[in-house]
Amino acid sequence: MIEVTDLSKRFGDKVAVDHLSFTVEPGRVTGFLGPNGAGKSTTMRLILGLDHPSGGGATINGKRYAELASPLRTVGALLEAKSVHSGRSARNHLLFLAQSQGLPPSRVDEMLDLVGLRDVANKRAGGFSLGMGQRLGVAAALLGDPQVLLLDEPVNGLDPEGVLWIRNLMKDLASEGRTILVSSHLMNEMAVTADHLIVIGRGKLIVAAATEDVIARSSGQAVRVRTPEPERLTNLIVAEGGKAIQAANGNGNGGEPDGQAPVLTVTGVAARRIGELAASASIVLHELTPQLATLEDAFLELTSDSLEFGHADSEPAGQSTEGNAR
Amino acid sequence: MSITAASGELESTATRAGHWAAFSRLMKAEWTKIRSVRSTPWTLIVFVVATLGLTALFGWLTVHAIETGRAPRRGVELSLDPVAFILGTGLGLGQLAICVLGVLTMTTEYSTGVIRASLLAVPKRLHVLAAKAVVFTVLIFIPGEIAAFCSFFIGKTIVAPVSTVALSQPGVTRAVIGAGLYLTVLGLFALAIGTILRHTAGAIAIVIFLVLVAPGLLSLLDSYDWGAHIHAWFPIVAGGYITADHQQAGQLLTPWQGFGVFCAWTALLLAASGYLLHRRDA
Repeated sequence: MIEVTDLSKRFGDKVAVDHLSFTVEPGRVTGFLGPNGAGKSTTMRLILGLDHPSGGGATINGKRYAELASPLRTVGALLEAKSVHSGRSARNHLLFLAQSQGLPPSRVDEMLDLVGLRDVANKRAGGFSLGMGQRLGVAAALLGDPQVLLLDEPVNGLDPEGVLWIRNLMKDLASEGRTILVSSHLMNEMAVTADHLIVIGRGKLIVAAATEDVIARSSGQAVRVRTPEPERLTNLIVAEGGKAIQAANGNGNGGEPDGQAPVLTVTGVAARRIGELAASASIVLHELTPQLATLEDAFLELTSDSLEFGHADSEPAGQSTEGNAR
Repeated sequence: MSITAASGELESTATRAGHWAAFSRLMKAEWTKIRSVRSTPWTLIVFVVATLGLTALFGWLTVHAIETGRAPRRGVELSLDPVAFILGTGLGLGQLAICVLGVLTMTTEYSTGVIRASLLAVPKRLHVLAAKAVVFTVLIFIPGEIAAFCSFFIGKTIVAPVSTVALSQPGVTRAVIGAGLYLTVLGLFALAIGTILRHTAGAIAIVIFLVLVAPGLLSLLDSYDWGAHIHAWFPIVAGGYITADHQQAGQLLTPWQGFGVFCAWTALLLAASGYLLHRRDA
């Protein structure tokens, strides 16, 4: 179990982690989500004792990382940043880690077999592909047979085979009762891997809940409706207590640029009821599609006002528009 | 704070044997690290070849120049202090390889990111530095002494026509053993600077400046009383006194005092590097 309590980290006047508290329970995969720059990696580094917190703290199975006697036997970590000497072989990299924990050298060979690097074990790690490097990182993380695993963006840059391998590995490890915290900015990946989600933005906790709850908690189900009479239908929907928003379009005459009828995004009224309303008022519908909320939508909605670079992106755009006007 | 203190007390009651076992595991890990990169054997090979080769080359050139009457003053110098001449030529340049190895031992941990793996395995950072320093000391001391003795015997044979010197003469054995000790402490000195700076190029540049350039600049101050003190107490200069068989006229420190000053500087730098390693984010 990982417990993070009121954890804060400032770099100069920049706050990377802001009074963050959460718990990661054993026996399930916990996804650690947030936009780039949200503080995911920093939080993991703080938990692992690589960075010193400005306030608060984190414990693993009740102990601070620095208090663990042979930490790799309790905690395994796969960091996003490279941590292997390019001139050292995979075997020697694992060997020095094993020796520091008092693990037998035979454990190194077991891990090399597990991740499928046995054939290249004596080759310089600098020549490894991204996927092989990631496998070596996983081997290092699992070396001490740890109860707790922290994986920072483990599938980043991997091919589909590698993604599947990591995904199944995490699920297997969680099913053995281990505590797994895996960070990602890939929402869809987390939707199929994580049982529980911790979402942060700008170093603050946004939500910590079961994955399906996070999806359900988002705006709810929307329905996409295409009709030549959007105003009449909107009135009927509003009268039912729903909400209809007409999609913005470029030409300003109410129709789509390609001549199709305008699109309404309806919330608060089910698709079936919209059909009934339209039929009763003899409104023609060209399309009626229920939109399933995805984790992606839920995530974007949750973090919409905490995107690190949101302002920076919009400012230069505004300036260039002014420049064109002159 | 109270939690830290309590665990500290618990640790102090643990057996000494347990601590030693943990530290010997660390030294084993550091040994694996240092032996498994190519820079280690290559730097040591360059060190030995350069030291012995240059000792022979400079020795031969000097003796030849004296014998053909090109450098009569060198002949006087050489016969006055043959040990300083023999150990000063090859080792004077060969020592740079030791400096490079000392710096690389720590800075490559940062440049390659291995420092993160190292500190995840051993979060007690001072233990990592201590184990690394012990392993490095042994690694340098043995080739250092071998190179010092081989240099001496090669140099002694070559300068024989001009000057005779033997280990049995006063101070000579101490000077040759001292040269190996000087190299070992120099390596630790470079290791500390590498740990403080964390960048290979910057650390190597600074160490080479301190070893090759600074002593020459400081010798310009010798005509002032205070300047002579600064010169004598400068780590590299003080450390070098042990590699001469006798104390020069007007030399402010004895060979062992000088070596002590060098050790003190190195200990100070190692303490500073340990403090920074402990305090900084990795």
